[in-house]
Amino acid sequence: MSQFIRATYAIFWKALRTEWRSREIFSAMFVFALLAIIIFNFAFDLRVQNIRQVVPGVLWVSITFAGMLGLNRSFTVEKENDTLSGLLLAPVDRSALYFGKMAANFLFILSVAVIIVPLTTVFFNVNLVRADLLLVLLAGTFGFAAVGTLFSAITVNTRAQDILLPILLFPVVLPVIIAAVKLTAGLLEQLAVADLANWWRLLIVYDIIFLVIAFLTFEYIVEE
Amino acid sequence: MQRTSSKWLVMSTIIAYAAVIIALFMGFKAPAAVNVGTVQLQWAQRIIYFHVPVAWVFMLSFTVSFVASIVFLITKKRIWDLVALAGVELGLTFATAAVISGSIWARPAWNTWWTWDPRLTTMAITWLLYVAYFMLRGAVEEPERQARFAAVYSIFSYISVPITFFSIRLARTIHPLLVKGNDFGLAKGMRPAFFAGLIAFTLLYIVLLWHRLRVLQLASRVEALRARILEQEL
Amino acid sequence: MIKVQRLVKRFGYQYALRGVNLEVAAGETLVLFGPNGAGKTTLLRILATLSKPTGGQVYINGYALPRESGMVRRQIGLVTHKTLLYNRLTAVENLRFYGQIYGLTQLDERVKALLARVGLYRRREDQVRTFSRGMVQRLTIARALLHDPPILLLDEPDTGLDPQASDMLLHLLQEIGGARRTIIMTTHNLSRGLAIADKVGILANGKLSCENNSTALSEDTLRSRYQQITSEAA
Repeated sequence: MSQFIRATYAIFWKALRTEWRSREIFSAMFVFALLAIIIFNFAFDLRVQNIRQVVPGVLWVSITFAGMLGLNRSFTVEKENDTLSGLLLAPVDRSALYFGKMAANFLFILSVAVIIVPLTTVFFNVNLVRADLLLVLLAGTFGFAAVGTLFSAITVNTRAQDILLPILLFPVVLPVIIAAVKLTAGLLEQLAVADLANWWRLLIVYDIIFLVIAFLTFEYIVEE
Repeated sequence: MQRTSSKWLVMSTIIAYAAVIIALFMGFKAPAAVNVGTVQLQWAQRIIYFHVPVAWVFMLSFTVSFVASIVFLITKKRIWDLVALAGVELGLTFATAAVISGSIWARPAWNTWWTWDPRLTTMAITWLLYVAYFMLRGAVEEPERQARFAAVYSIFSYISVPITFFSIRLARTIHPLLVKGNDFGLAKGMRPAFFAGLIAFTLLYIVLLWHRLRVLQLASRVEALRARILEQEL
Repeated sequence: MIKVQRLVKRFGYQYALRGVNLEVAAGETLVLFGPNGAGKTTLLRILATLSKPTGGQVYINGYALPRESGMVRRQIGLVTHKTLLYNRLTAVENLRFYGQIYGLTQLDERVKALLARVGLYRRREDQVRTFSRGMVQRLTIARALLHDPPILLLDEPDTGLDPQASDMLLHLLQEIGGARRTIIMTTHNLSRGLAIADKVGILANGKLSCENNSTALSEDTLRSRYQQITSEAA
């Protein structure tokens, strides 16, 4: 077990270090999220009476679209020198690879989200910088990364992988996005905790179910 | 062996189609819904004898595909991949029929072809999920890998459907609910036609699944033979 | 050490390997020749546990594949024409990373000693992307030897190397591997392959057509036999 954790941690740390040196994935995700928010701002500016109502949607669409870019790269980088084979040669359970990658993707997407929130606050003049929103960001990006990592391991072995990933991923993660948008909106409207309990429950149940199923099926994706 | 099985298949096909025709006929003859206002709407309401069985069959079919996908991942037997594929094909066909018949009903009943009601939204997502299933299959060349990927995706699709359904259930729906607790929302006189429809369409589904499996199996045999011939030419 | 019986690998309906038998004793070096698409890479990937056989038996150091893949992975080191290295990590970081996922102990000492052996100690803190092709190749070999495997699988390790680097590679292999390790290597280069082989085999069209005691074999005989077998297969 400790070897499993050690390997998971090594894969996670390796992803952070290579990303830190190239900053390829993070910068692309960040710039994309920023662009999305600016475009939404123009799109809604003249038409929407109460901008507050669209902000939760804008925020989550930007995060998930940007996250998609990062997920697309997650396993592509392992193809470059066939390091994926190198990882699969190691005498360690395949799910260590899944968990290590998932943790790294989760962290990348979460940090984009955390940076994009204050910017959204500025551009839309709606105060989103608050502690309880961080919980929504955590739970929302977690579920997204849990399924996204698995699907990115699928699409890396398909034709037209960049196009396929969003088509596979969006309908599946939709419940998590819906719940996250509803929770964000609820927090903005100062709804009571009890009113949001159902959405919280849904989001957390979703996170757990999908992490477990991704863990159970990952082995079938990488075997040959 | 092929002979006898095709004889049974032909017979079952005839029986299933006859059952569907009889059931739909019963639907026309069933008493009109009393709680519906105009005569036009009372006739429109009769679409439930098609709409509900078709919706039941698509759910059944996706369930078949889900189970077959799990069995495939465990056993790696090709036949289960074919069952899962046939399940999605038929499921998607019946889902489309359910959407179209629902839409036809919605026009007079709700005065619109489509609305983003929770039930309809879930349906749209389900439909997209299984369309994506085909796109995934199309993007993987090698049959064995295609089967593995498709099985994993089918499991995810199936599980996200009830969650999505529940997630938008938190909002109110305008879609009629047949079963509320212990209540069954159908008058006594309408029930025979209704259950006849369910049985007939289930029969039809079984027969179609059988047909489709046979064709898929034949296709994979042809493919294997062609590969062998090509090899001998090499 | 390595025993393969009637090994078959099929991708969909295409056969990559059709009944390969081979046996390599401990400490022996088997060199496999064969044209592209003959199944060399497939064979090595199966031995390396990266691919599952469709049929037949494979035993590596007494462990059966694919059942005991976990144990086999500790026995083998793999070098392919891909480096399996991360360009953005330094030499030390690459080896440390692989050491960690292999669960090796005394990793720092091991990494330092290996880097010294392959002559990269001075460049150990430099990122791999700054390395020359030859240096990368040496690090690739160091990576494969990190867990001190008794068996080395080399899939065209000399592809893309100039003759000089290629010589160094063989030299390095003999020095580090030498009498102790069991080696299976594939190559296009007949003379170089023959120079280090205890046994040679020619793989064509998914079949291992010949296996000989290479000490008695001259390069010319090998060349004519190679041409004969590959032209028969084509």
